[in-house]
Amino acid sequence: MVSETIELRGHIIDSLILPKVLDQILTHGANFKIGEIKIGERRADQSFARIEVSAETSEALDELVLRLRQHGAEVIERANVQLASAPADGVFPSDFYVTTNQQTFIRFDGKEIEVRPAMINSAIALDRKKESARAVKFFDVNKGNEIVVGHQGVRVVPVQRSTTHTEIFQFINTVVDADEPKSAIIRELGEELRRAQTAKRKIAIVAGPAIVRTGAADHLVRLIEAGYVDRLFAGNSFVAYDVEHTLFGTSLGMNPDLAFTRGGHENHLRAINTIREAGGIFAAVRKKILTRGVMYACVLHDVDIVLTGAIRDEGPIPGVTTDIIEAQKVMRQKLADVTHVMMLATVQHSLAVASMLAPAAKTVCVDIDPAAVERVVEHQPLQSIGLVTDVEPFLRELADCLSESRVRE
Amino acid sequence: MRELLLCPPDYYGIEYEINPWMSRAHGADAALVQKQWKELHARLSNLDCDVHLISPQPGLPDMVFTANAGLTIGRKFIPSNFRHKERAGEQPFFAKWMEQRGYDVNWLPENLYFEGEGDALFGGDALFCGYKFRSDIQSHRGLADILGCLVISVELVDPRFYHLDTCFCPLPDGSAFWFPSAFDEYGQRAIREQVTGLIDVLPEEAMHFSCNAVVIERDIVLPEGAPRLVATLQDRGYCCYELPMSEFIKAGGACKCLTMFMPQREKC
Repeated sequence: MVSETIELRGHIIDSLILPKVLDQILTHGANFKIGEIKIGERRADQSFARIEVSAETSEALDELVLRLRQHGAEVIERANVQLASAPADGVFPSDFYVTTNQQTFIRFDGKEIEVRPAMINSAIALDRKKESARAVKFFDVNKGNEIVVGHQGVRVVPVQRSTTHTEIFQFINTVVDADEPKSAIIRELGEELRRAQTAKRKIAIVAGPAIVRTGAADHLVRLIEAGYVDRLFAGNSFVAYDVEHTLFGTSLGMNPDLAFTRGGHENHLRAINTIREAGGIFAAVRKKILTRGVMYACVLHDVDIVLTGAIRDEGPIPGVTTDIIEAQKVMRQKLADVTHVMMLATVQHSLAVASMLAPAAKTVCVDIDPAAVERVVEHQPLQSIGLVTDVEPFLRELADCLSESRVRE
Repeated sequence: MRELLLCPPDYYGIEYEINPWMSRAHGADAALVQKQWKELHARLSNLDCDVHLISPQPGLPDMVFTANAGLTIGRKFIPSNFRHKERAGEQPFFAKWMEQRGYDVNWLPENLYFEGEGDALFGGDALFCGYKFRSDIQSHRGLADILGCLVISVELVDPRFYHLDTCFCPLPDGSAFWFPSAFDEYGQRAIREQVTGLIDVLPEEAMHFSCNAVVIERDIVLPEGAPRLVATLQDRGYCCYELPMSEFIKAGGACKCLTMFMPQREKC
């Protein structure tokens, strides 16, 4: 059991803030003990309560205290952050503070310093001279860097739920299950993408190989051709499948256009070899080896292609960043200005992208596995929608919907 | 005679999106903006109000919403600390303007967000203050310290009604009209305990920003589109003036957002 002492001040009785805070403590499975309470005698007098809050784990307590702070609770230690030196390059001191992707401030030398960028799962490094604080990953820390440890002196400001025009992103953690209707949501999403395109926002796709295997590549191509994709994030395998499909009509030996056809598993490797021989995707398009498919459409329509690798990858295809640290840096940089992301049928890649997004980014995750959708949506809790469905009907309907609205124009 | 502060909409437009109403894809019609604002100005002037104007500033399109300049009680002016950087630039212009007219400027700590009369309205002897979307609840304690009055903090839960003045409008007889589901259940209870004779506004009428009304004694200036509310107010002896506000609702504001009382109360 861990505990923290909070204080509430103000007109907490008439505003019902005190009962609200106590109710929230209990509904979150935590307990409280009122250490001191002073109730104002006259109507205009302020009241005061000091409350010890205890929870099973420090994570649960942190989450609860974060919620209570929204209602005016203050953790009594208004002290500076505690710091410790990084013991070696790439190693944080033990008990380092782990960031969320919310706006965060640290208190140092009596001043509040904003941590930049707002990046999840990082530590916080303080630069005393510049009076600046930045979120750092393991690869970014050097021996002796001063790192925030513990929770004292750290303040997190949650983002307001929705600043969007439409209803579609207003509900937090929305997951539409497999047996629920999706057409209305897909139409709303189409409208949101149209607005984003008009406002010159950046739309990204995170693409999994199932897009090609289920025969949805042509629908994705339609989105690209209509200008709804600014960046494509994918792994080596997506490219390999797309190229195989383009060159041989198969994906990992299966022909998505013919029912129950098997065979030609070697096509996968032949496809990779063809691109390696050509010198990469761009060269293959230039040499007219690649004449259709998703990668071809990306080259033709200036979609920024961000390819990263995995251990299982064959090849790799030239242009794929295989150093994972380098890949993280590239992805983070390419995601910095992205406002809308559709994560399609790829759990690991989607989780990586979701963890690097700004808190205000809007995300849609589509996967046939409900658990995968839940995990990805949880990463971007403010403006995310999950659809449990095969990616092919999703992309078909979205592409139809966007091409219909173009016709209407 | 009530004194009011307005700002001509010369630089008004939908240039960013900081609430669910705003969409840069749906801009405001400049001619209609001028027409609607002038109608409001004329109506308030005809109600025997002394209307002051602050010069609009380029690059600050929302400066037209003067209710968010701050809160004025007697000769005290408490400037806003805007949550969004897009509006933060308005603060020095409003503070300087009020200071030049002899108001005693009382600053809240700069790390506490507070959006002025938009989130702080007197009802009876209590100052009702909204929090979460724009103002921090911590700023309410700052107000109570400066003003020495009862401050009722209420949580706003519907992002479309992100300021208190979009969903709550106190009346001089101690009652109020409001859109209850814009508040969490504790906020609803707190208001019900403090305010008698509450008038619930229907959701379809609340969506027309009907609660965003300027109340001058028995006269109420509100956006058109709330026939049921208007009938109820008329039954209670109020005179209602319904104005077209479509171009300002596109930015999430209407009559009250465009108006700041100088002062809202002579004293607490």
